[in-house]
Amino acid sequence: MTNAMAPVAIELEQVTRSFGEVRAVDRLDLAIPAGSVAVLLGPNGAGKTTTVRLLTGALSADAGRIGVLGLNPAVDGEELRSRCGVVPPKPALYDQLSGEENLRFAAEIYGRPREAIHDAAARFGIDHALHLKVGGYSTGMRTRLALARAVLHEPDVLLLDEPTAGLDPESSRAVLDLIRELAGRGRTIVMCTHLLHEAEGIADQVVLMGAGRARAAGRPDALAGKYLTEPIVVIDAEDRSLLEPLTTRPGVVSATWNGALHLRVESLAVLPDLVAHAVAGGARLTRVEPQAATLETLYFEMQRRLRDETRRREESRPAERDSR
Amino acid sequence: MRWSKAWIVARIDLRRLVLSRDYWVPLLVLSGIFFVFMPAVLLSVVTVDRDLDIVNQISDVLESLPGAIQDNLVGDSPRARGAYALAVYLIAPIAIVVPLTISSAVAASSIVGERERGTGEFLAHSPLTEREIYVGKIIASLIPGYVAALGGFGVYALIVNLRVGPLFGGWFFPTTGWWPIILGSYAVSSGVVVDPTMGALVFGVVAWLLAGFGLARGSRVLRRDTLLGVGIETR
Repeated sequence: MTNAMAPVAIELEQVTRSFGEVRAVDRLDLAIPAGSVAVLLGPNGAGKTTTVRLLTGALSADAGRIGVLGLNPAVDGEELRSRCGVVPPKPALYDQLSGEENLRFAAEIYGRPREAIHDAAARFGIDHALHLKVGGYSTGMRTRLALARAVLHEPDVLLLDEPTAGLDPESSRAVLDLIRELAGRGRTIVMCTHLLHEAEGIADQVVLMGAGRARAAGRPDALAGKYLTEPIVVIDAEDRSLLEPLTTRPGVVSATWNGALHLRVESLAVLPDLVAHAVAGGARLTRVEPQAATLETLYFEMQRRLRDETRRREESRPAERDSR
Repeated sequence: MRWSKAWIVARIDLRRLVLSRDYWVPLLVLSGIFFVFMPAVLLSVVTVDRDLDIVNQISDVLESLPGAIQDNLVGDSPRARGAYALAVYLIAPIAIVVPLTISSAVAASSIVGERERGTGEFLAHSPLTEREIYVGKIIASLIPGYVAALGGFGVYALIVNLRVGPLFGGWFFPTTGWWPIILGSYAVSSGVVVDPTMGALVFGVVAWLLAGFGLARGSRVLRRDTLLGVGIETR
């Protein structure tokens, strides 16, 4: 989907935006090549929605530089917004109006002919319900209509803020398939989500966000190679208390209990020793699984690092005060 | 500013209002009270009641009105003068609150409502300018008020001519002084309460200037992020 030589479509340099005392986006740097799919991944409050709003100029940045398609949202806002399609976290549809009226409203704003309404609706499989009031739509139908509205004017950049929120798995997969299709047509897509499995198969680039900053960015496999140098082994037993001695065995870096025992090890070569030790201790093992480096493991690793970093910073504050 | 884009915003707001029963039922009730029920009852009391006491009481009230208004009262009997005063100077100006009330309610719910319903996010990300959105919202808030006021005034004129007209030998309302008010604005009509002559025009022009200043200031105050969904302060 992506081309390493493609020009940068979206670029943020040291962008900051605060609401009162809360810094929603904090010196954010980001570069997204044209024609690629970037997934902004992070928990609630990580700054994903604010970032999307900054990209179109719906919000203005307090500091930093933003460039989208070579345009500055603060200066060329109207032109830039006419080339962007946005699906907000809530679909932002008028419930009293029919699906067709909602799309017609958008078509008139973007100067598109009426035929475009039915083409866009058909593309997302919502054309059969255009005559119905949106107030009676299911969540999936609303999302499809919002997607149809976002692509109505054939935008160069698509910004999708949690487009699968509230959808059942089937509708969610259908929406992701549609996004893949759009990406295949060369659109630059930025998708916000906190659902890791969604990002897994769709992203050319993953941006892990936390506390308003990009904690890590790159291709999912490259990120895993960079940050997950120590493999994880999941071990479970009928009597979990018998697994406790494994946490202090040589070669074990760290251990966490998350439904089963997750051991971070120096290398998978220690695995036979761990199994032998557990069996010798009387444990009847039910699961021994070296875990592949997935986006999920990467995500939790980054979250762990962020927590450690925050804790260290807070611990250093009293020391700084004492030294003064 | 592109007026065609502002009109798109206005049209969709008007469409939503037409489809919203919560909006037009109170509008009909309010218009019915001010333009139909209240005038019909009061004018019937004055023109039909055989008890002269109420007519005498109205005559006493009339004497407390500004001299300019007293000079303009028409009628060859206390009943006729009382009915004329009620129809032309007392009830009709009250009706000016209808467009004011309706327009204020629509304007308030329009911009704030976009934010509360989360629909403002679409407008915030759209290529419309803030001024086009603002002007569209203002147009959408003014039209229902004016339509209700003009329609209601037509019904009111019918009631006045049917009930009071016979005392003056036929249809007489709207009087000459009311035409510029109807065709002009309710801002001008606010002056008529004070003085029905030149003062009304001056008062009205000042009111228009103040309204214009308020609108111009409002268009600068409305920012794109005003339209964004609730919760942005906490993100």
